[in-house]
Amino acid sequence: MAGPSDPGFDTLALHAGAAPDPATGARAVPIHLSTSFVFENSEHAASLFNMERSGHVYSRISNPTNAVLEERLAALEGGVGAIATASGQAALHLAISTIAGAGHHIVASTALYGGSHNLLAYTLKRFGIETTFVKPGDIDGWRAAIRPNTRLLFGETLGNPGLDVLDIPTVSAIAHEAGLPLLVDSTFTTPWLMKPMEHGADLVFHSATKFLSGHGTVIGGVLADSGLFDWEKSGRFPELSQPYTGFHGMVFAEESTVAAFLLRARREGLRDFGACMSPHTAWLILQGIETLPLRMARHVENTRKVVAFLAAHPMVAGVGYPELESHPSHALAKKLLPRGCGSVFSFDLKGSRNQGKAFIESLKIFSHLANVGDCRSLVIHPASTTHFRMDDAALAGAGITPGTIRLSIGLEDADDLVDDLKRAFKVAEKAQ
Amino acid sequence: MKVTVEGREAYAYTGGRPFDPALPCVVFIHGAANDHSPYTLLARWFAHHGFGVLAVDLPGHSRSAGPLKADVRGYAQWVWALLDAVGVQQAALVGHSMGSLIALEAAGLAPARASRLVLIGTAYPMKVSDTLLATAREKPLAAMAMVNSWGIATLATKPGYPGPGNWLHGSAMALMRRVQAAGEAMGPGSNVFLHGFEVCNAYQGGLEAAARVTCPVTMVLGRQDIMTPPRATRELAAALKAKVTYVPSGHHQLAEAPDATLAAVREALG
Repeated sequence: MAGPSDPGFDTLALHAGAAPDPATGARAVPIHLSTSFVFENSEHAASLFNMERSGHVYSRISNPTNAVLEERLAALEGGVGAIATASGQAALHLAISTIAGAGHHIVASTALYGGSHNLLAYTLKRFGIETTFVKPGDIDGWRAAIRPNTRLLFGETLGNPGLDVLDIPTVSAIAHEAGLPLLVDSTFTTPWLMKPMEHGADLVFHSATKFLSGHGTVIGGVLADSGLFDWEKSGRFPELSQPYTGFHGMVFAEESTVAAFLLRARREGLRDFGACMSPHTAWLILQGIETLPLRMARHVENTRKVVAFLAAHPMVAGVGYPELESHPSHALAKKLLPRGCGSVFSFDLKGSRNQGKAFIESLKIFSHLANVGDCRSLVIHPASTTHFRMDDAALAGAGITPGTIRLSIGLEDADDLVDDLKRAFKVAEKAQ
Repeated sequence: MKVTVEGREAYAYTGGRPFDPALPCVVFIHGAANDHSPYTLLARWFAHHGFGVLAVDLPGHSRSAGPLKADVRGYAQWVWALLDAVGVQQAALVGHSMGSLIALEAAGLAPARASRLVLIGTAYPMKVSDTLLATAREKPLAAMAMVNSWGIATLATKPGYPGPGNWLHGSAMALMRRVQAAGEAMGPGSNVFLHGFEVCNAYQGGLEAAARVTCPVTMVLGRQDIMTPPRATRELAAALKAKVTYVPSGHHQLAEAPDATLAAVREALG
């Protein structure tokens, strides 16, 4: 039946959370480089501190420029709100620390970004939070790993390094049956390729450093909440359903039926851990988001051309991209990622570590560095960089071969990218 | 706080302070498919400025047990039953949208008990389109999207509700879904969303209630409100001799214009 609906994705990417500045008429989002904001009078000050009014007090807690980014990302994800953080790692830490503490437990996918794995496997363990890792496709494993003290399930939309597609509908159903939320790292897909909340995820975070920013200029993170998880009904989250002595006995779930998590994350996590985002960073990420739909379409278009080239090349042993029928997540990708599977993937070069190094060093357009999601194409050779301490057997255990090359496909002319790869293959072929 | 009303458990948010029946009392009554939470900033302000505050979850909504009441009068009677249960004789009644009809009817039922009446985002009659009702019956999620689109006047509600960084379109949608989901506990086929709009559409007692109201009345209307447009209040405003205040918002006055709405309600409640 016909009826109105919210604006489309492209419109929200440009307008959500922002309007012409009432003070100056500025059409673009101003950068509010101010630590603090003047109170109208003492009563106004007191009411802001006591959450009787909404407004900005101090930029560690909230800032007008950051708020535009937060609202925009929430709009694109289909959430109730978001919090901008100093990095993607800070967003992950904020998500966990808001609802978990010493004695609690997390069930996480094995297919995670190395930084996330480090946080869960080593650092949080030191603070009393244990994690059980489960292969993302092991559905029975997710269910079996849940304990009475488990606080959340966590995975990536496209797992690292093999691009395992997380079966969010199934894993979220398992989480919800146990009264737990599902947290998803959506960095590789962005809301343009997938909105995890539409499939059942409760909390979504991004390393905004990557595609959201898109220009390789800033470090930042954003954490969004669907508002649909019932923290009170679960019975596992006194942090949100019982009085919080750190804020005058506030019961966050009563303050806001749908934004309880974000209230605590901001009022405790940002306040006390302080991993906030600079307004200048927020502004740069907003510039990126304004063109996110255009860039993601081009990222995917270019990636498909490069994948097709690599899949047919005699020096390539295999390409790990879920749109290929050979990929173990192919069926799930068709269901959950109909617009494409992003632009970060790995392929295996036939040959030695030296040939892998020669290949990388011969590339002219691809930049050899440790990042993904840039507008420029990037490359890294795990065996000689991120995993250089591992012998071949250990590499195999991590799903990496001496010839594994990870690419992040940018926005250049696809033909130039293919020519660059062709040239590097020729050099690698001659190397030993 | 939890209180037993008509033999069933009911919830009222008290603004971050224990409810004191000795203080001047103000009752906040929410709209269709909502609960107390759109009122929390307003409720906190009044609770910390000398009022005893009850921002209710109506029967069958969020934390208050069902069943739903059949009509506006049923909810209005429940409001007085709640105040009886907490030992309050007289209170100011503040209602938004469907809640404004409930507040009006309650003030008409017991004029001496209503000290002030504030109607936010109101209209009378509050007719609901057949299209919306049909969609609410068949596809509640689609109907929620329609209401969301009609109800919010901007893509940039500042400074955000209940705080910066919150996206009102998402919050309003999620709240309707949460209230609808909580209502499913009342039994299969329960449709709290449809019920609220049917209750508004069916209410015909507005002018009769207005004729009995004796307390000062204020209307707080959104200039861009297309769900309860200001022009749809003229007859009721005249009947109530209401002071009419306009705020820069659509139908979500509390979230789109929280400071202006607070100022208007402060003035109304003295």
